[in-house]
Amino acid sequence: MGMSNLQFLIIILLSPLLQGIIRKMKAYAQGRIGPGVLQPYWDLARLFRKDMVISEAASWIFHATPFIVFLSTMAASLMVPVTTPDAPVLAIGDIVALLYTLALGRFFLVLAGLDAGTAFGGEGSSREATVAILVEPMMMLAIFTAAVAGGSTKLSVISKSMHILDSPAHVLAFAAFFVALIADTGRIPVDNPDTHLELTMIHEGMVLEYSGRYLALLEWAHYMKQMLLFTIAIDLFFPYGIAGGALQSALFYAAKVLVLAAAVAATESSRAKLRFFQLPSLLGGAFVLSLLSLITFVMLGR
Amino acid sequence: MCESDFYFFIHKEVFGTGILLLISLAFFISGAVFFTVAPKKASLHYCYVLYAAGAGLSAFSFAEALYGGGAPMAFTLQISPALSMGFRSGPLQDFFGLLLSVAAFAASVYSAGYMKNTPAPRFQGLFYGLFILSMGAVFISGDALSFLISWEAMSLVSYFLVVSDTENETSQNAGLTYATMTHIGTSFIIGAFMLAFSATGSLEFTGMAAGLAGKSMALKSAIFILAFIGFGMKAGIFPLHIWLPKAHPAAPSNVSALMSGVMIKAGIYGIMLMCLGVLGGPGAHYSTWWGVVILATGAVSSVMGVLYALMEQDLKRLLAYSSVENIGIILLGTGAAVVFYSFGQTALAGLALAAALYHTMNHAIFKSLLFLGSGSVMHGAHSKNLEEMGGLLKRMPYTGLFFLMGSVAICALPPFNGFVSEWLTFQALILGSSTPPAYTRVITLLGGAALALTGALAAAAFVKAFGVAFLGLPRSGKARQAKEAGFPMTAAMGFLAALCLLLGVAPGFLLRLISALPFEGLKEMGTAAPIHSPVIIAGGFTGFWPAAILVSMLLGLAIILALAGTLGRKRKITYADSWDCGIKALTPRMQYTATAFTKPLRVIFKTLYMPRKEVRISFKLKPLFVSGITYHSDITPFLENYLYRPFTAFVGKAAMKIRHLQSGKLPLYLGYIMLTLIGLLLAWA
Repeated sequence: MGMSNLQFLIIILLSPLLQGIIRKMKAYAQGRIGPGVLQPYWDLARLFRKDMVISEAASWIFHATPFIVFLSTMAASLMVPVTTPDAPVLAIGDIVALLYTLALGRFFLVLAGLDAGTAFGGEGSSREATVAILVEPMMMLAIFTAAVAGGSTKLSVISKSMHILDSPAHVLAFAAFFVALIADTGRIPVDNPDTHLELTMIHEGMVLEYSGRYLALLEWAHYMKQMLLFTIAIDLFFPYGIAGGALQSALFYAAKVLVLAAAVAATESSRAKLRFFQLPSLLGGAFVLSLLSLITFVMLGR
Repeated sequence: MCESDFYFFIHKEVFGTGILLLISLAFFISGAVFFTVAPKKASLHYCYVLYAAGAGLSAFSFAEALYGGGAPMAFTLQISPALSMGFRSGPLQDFFGLLLSVAAFAASVYSAGYMKNTPAPRFQGLFYGLFILSMGAVFISGDALSFLISWEAMSLVSYFLVVSDTENETSQNAGLTYATMTHIGTSFIIGAFMLAFSATGSLEFTGMAAGLAGKSMALKSAIFILAFIGFGMKAGIFPLHIWLPKAHPAAPSNVSALMSGVMIKAGIYGIMLMCLGVLGGPGAHYSTWWGVVILATGAVSSVMGVLYALMEQDLKRLLAYSSVENIGIILLGTGAAVVFYSFGQTALAGLALAAALYHTMNHAIFKSLLFLGSGSVMHGAHSKNLEEMGGLLKRMPYTGLFFLMGSVAICALPPFNGFVSEWLTFQALILGSSTPPAYTRVITLLGGAALALTGALAAAAFVKAFGVAFLGLPRSGKARQAKEAGFPMTAAMGFLAALCLLLGVAPGFLLRLISALPFEGLKEMGTAAPIHSPVIIAGGFTGFWPAAILVSMLLGLAIILALAGTLGRKRKITYADSWDCGIKALTPRMQYTATAFTKPLRVIFKTLYMPRKEVRISFKLKPLFVSGITYHSDITPFLENYLYRPFTAFVGKAAMKIRHLQSGKLPLYLGYIMLTLIGLLLAWA
């Protein structure tokens, strides 16, 4: 039992690896060899060793934000069952608490974008806030469906209820959740994680003024959030195998993460980035899907 | 007297009989008197100290009454043999009294420093005290008559405070709108009371409740509709909210804090009193559709309120619209409670009601804090226009920190208090899926969707408010020279900010007070033993542990700092210009403005906002030599344009027609009186 409380360390320590794997998969899909899967670790290590340049306009918010973003993502990962739903530490929060803890990090990140007094930061912040407005309710509704079906908003109870896309409502909810996951991790077609072109960047715009250790913390937190969202998707929609022994459930977990990573890489490689003002049609469409899933569930009772 | 006897004496004799409340009343009255007779203007701030002392005492007294669960306090003012005003205080009244006292305490401490900036300090100080007293009288009124008198006093006193800036035409117009709307609301409330009185023969709320118990549903529904519209007007529900973003910014900030923090809660109190106390009560039969109406109104108010808050460039108007949103969130919980009661699911109703009451208290605390903060900003930067601010965090560090804490709390982010109440509201709405009919299941879950949308929108609105005002570079000379507010002002804000954190980390404290309220199902809420323990609801349906979220983050921080200290050498930090693409001429004008920040939303929600823009170009010599370009952009206030303006035009026209009755000739008026008399006599016979 004691070890099960430490399952969040999997997310903290292996999330850069997941990022490396997705990049590798994208590289293969695009006919490149690409950097090794451990490259994100080397990037983080390099950033941690560097000196920092900070804007003179920035206030203490700029200094506090990397810590708040990292720590809120860490606190959120305490609340999610990775390899076992029976860890006592999961009691500190359900899925609603988890999403709002993540939102705390986003709140400060968006503020930090405004802190240096440049147009790029403001642009990134404004767009991030807009995307959040479109994504958060959709994600919440998709989760409502799973929570009502699972009989609790606790992720541990939902994952133990073993609803594996076994009703139309769950299929619709998963479709909406997948779109939300793409948008929330800042991937194509919503945002391009590899760009520094001023006119298109969202996440990169907000963190443009960051360097050195602060940037490392923010990037790491971004990787963690990505793996966290993958894990939530698995707990809500593919919990198969989570209740087994430690080794078995770890293997199942790894396999499921890899499948989701492949799906994300395939989406990113096969789509072009959407213009910002076309996003509402994609995200609004997914919102309707999540709403339908909830109403379907209430009407059909399953 | 041994120690326990002494405690008993304190408990029963001092707290139990309401002596503390009387002392607090004495403080208020002496404060008000000193405001009128004090010889020197310089000593006026001591009067606010008297108010603060009074509010502190009454907070203590109300909390003790809730916590100790003593007998309800009651007294009657005999005005004439036939006419009396009854005041009685039970747990519901104590709860709202506590809310008033906490906000009034902070606002009074704040006022001691703030009053230097007000144009008419004597007048405002006197009316400020009367305002608090009248709100207190509303909360402890035991019958319809004393309620209406106190209610009217509250409305009138606040009207005078709204128009106290006599030079300002906007304030005067705001006052007119406010006075009109509030009196329309009061007429609905009078209608509800008269209907209840004619059916039961009792003016006392307890008598009404007893008399209405066996009456028909149609009568009760009529009373419900009248009361909901009347009290909803005061609470600021959509679409009756239009007075709120006008009146609250026009008042001085210490008063707007009380108006937004407490006075609109009088509307919530009225809805709860009538719906759950007079029409409802233990074992009463509720109509499901009452709850559905409240819930739907709450959902619409919360989303529309925050959508309009997002578009505001005026800090105080933004806060006022955000009050509409929060009233909506409170009504989501209240409506869900009525729905649950109508199906006999009392435990779930208790949960929903606890959520609503928790949010009521929270909103009183953080909205007072934010309005006080906006007062300090206006005091420091001499503007309430966000576009003229910027960089204030460096110039006003304490105001900035407390305003940030209030913003995080109102966005329902952990570990602050707004999160606890929104979390409870979410759970209540999700558990709406356990109601029998499909339509209430869909509606409660849609309420949850509205709450989720509101959360994201509120975060954007307050990122804009705090980010544009306090971060970046100053956008005007006034902002560049901004000064921090004085000690009493920052201390008052610090007190409220600390409460936000306390109620966010230790929800058991407030939940225990809430569980003392006389509604079915609430008892289950406050039973968690230590106040910092996890909140577990609906028989283990779910739970969370707010203190643990904070502690885990602090532990994580300690580990990171320890690792950084042992592993890394000290890194150099260079301070330099922000990245400017090499142009070397970055000015504050190149920052994102408040208007620019919300531009994407204006585009996305353009059917709602109907944004207008106007570009005027003036030429020296057409078409090549331009002398100036002005750009104007705003949104269409469709309620004003398509609902209120036609309505007021109609009233104006009708009044012109009716005017013909007023000929100015005495015999004609006598004729009217005679006709009326004959009519009455005929009707009577």
